[in-house]
Amino acid sequence: MSKRNFAAVIFFTIVAVFLFFTALMMHPFGIFDDNNQPEMDDRIIDNSQTETGANNAVTGVVFDYRGFDTLGEATVLFTAVAGVILVFRRLKK
Amino acid sequence: MIPLANPVPYIAVIGLVLVGLFAVVFKRNLIKIVIGITIIESGVNLFLITLGYRENSIAPIYTSSPGGLMSLPVPQALTLTSIVIGVAVLALMISFIVHIYRHYNTLDASKIRGDEE
Amino acid sequence: MSGMSKIVKTIASLAFPFVMIYGLYIIAHGHLTPGGGFQGGAIVASGAAMILVAYGSVWTMGKVKEKHLSTLESTGAIVFIGTAILGLLFAGVFFNNFLFDSNLIFNIVPTGGSTVGILNSAGTLPIMNFAVGLKVVAGLFAIVLVMAYATTKMGGNEK
Repeated sequence: MSKRNFAAVIFFTIVAVFLFFTALMMHPFGIFDDNNQPEMDDRIIDNSQTETGANNAVTGVVFDYRGFDTLGEATVLFTAVAGVILVFRRLKK
Repeated sequence: MIPLANPVPYIAVIGLVLVGLFAVVFKRNLIKIVIGITIIESGVNLFLITLGYRENSIAPIYTSSPGGLMSLPVPQALTLTSIVIGVAVLALMISFIVHIYRHYNTLDASKIRGDEE
Repeated sequence: MSGMSKIVKTIASLAFPFVMIYGLYIIAHGHLTPGGGFQGGAIVASGAAMILVAYGSVWTMGKVKEKHLSTLESTGAIVFIGTAILGLLFAGVFFNNFLFDSNLIFNIVPTGGSTVGILNSAGTLPIMNFAVGLKVVAGLFAIVLVMAYATTKMGGNEK
């Protein structure tokens, strides 16, 4: 096989072996033991009704505790729509 | 998988990422490469959600909830942002493929790059 | 692309109001049940794409000009950023929830624990939900409409 195909196979096997060994080192699924407790999320769940007034904790996180990320995402959506309309405007003529 | 008690979500994430990576590296049609990129993004979103699960927990919503332990809300908020960004990137990639096809009149990545046979 | 047969057009125009009402319910109750601005906006945009496929892109482009869609999307973005800047003017912090526990609209604080949801709560969150929902609907529908209309003209043009 050609040189480019050989390099592609080497790269693919390196990534596959790396992912496999990383999965063995993760924490067990669903169990938080004593040295990684989710303290930030426990505080958000306990105080979400009295600080934001929303019954839905995920909406409170998206629009109140981390509203700045939502501003960045709205900007990305606006840029994508502007880019698509720009590309197709020259094709229409 | 001796050290992990329940490895099924991590195996699913690895499977999705490897299938997407195979399509990106080894295929020559441009649309198949774009589909491979989308499959990799789905694998990453699944990985973000499985990091936020507690055992025997319910959804983090207080409206008529049966009470008990709640799962973490912050990874779910990050996954929402990631899904929207994936849609935006997919729309831009497809519009560039239409533009490339009008210019080169082929969809083969090695012919566009100019590899000799 | 051209439209489809008469049966498909009738069923699509019968199903479209129900899809729109369902999507609007999910946007409006974003602070009480699972959902919110992005999810409800995707549902309404799927309903609009169903109308586009059933009636053809030439007819739809005649009814909906794309500069109206761009005005709607910019209105959604301006309302979102305006609410954030009003939080900066009223309380000194960007994105502050200044309607929470005040005397204006949306000011009921829910009691702790598992309650039945009150629609009149949660401060600036419903306003931001509507702004983001409008932005997502206009943006996704504009992408699909421009792509479908521009590829009908491609068949007649040379390179």
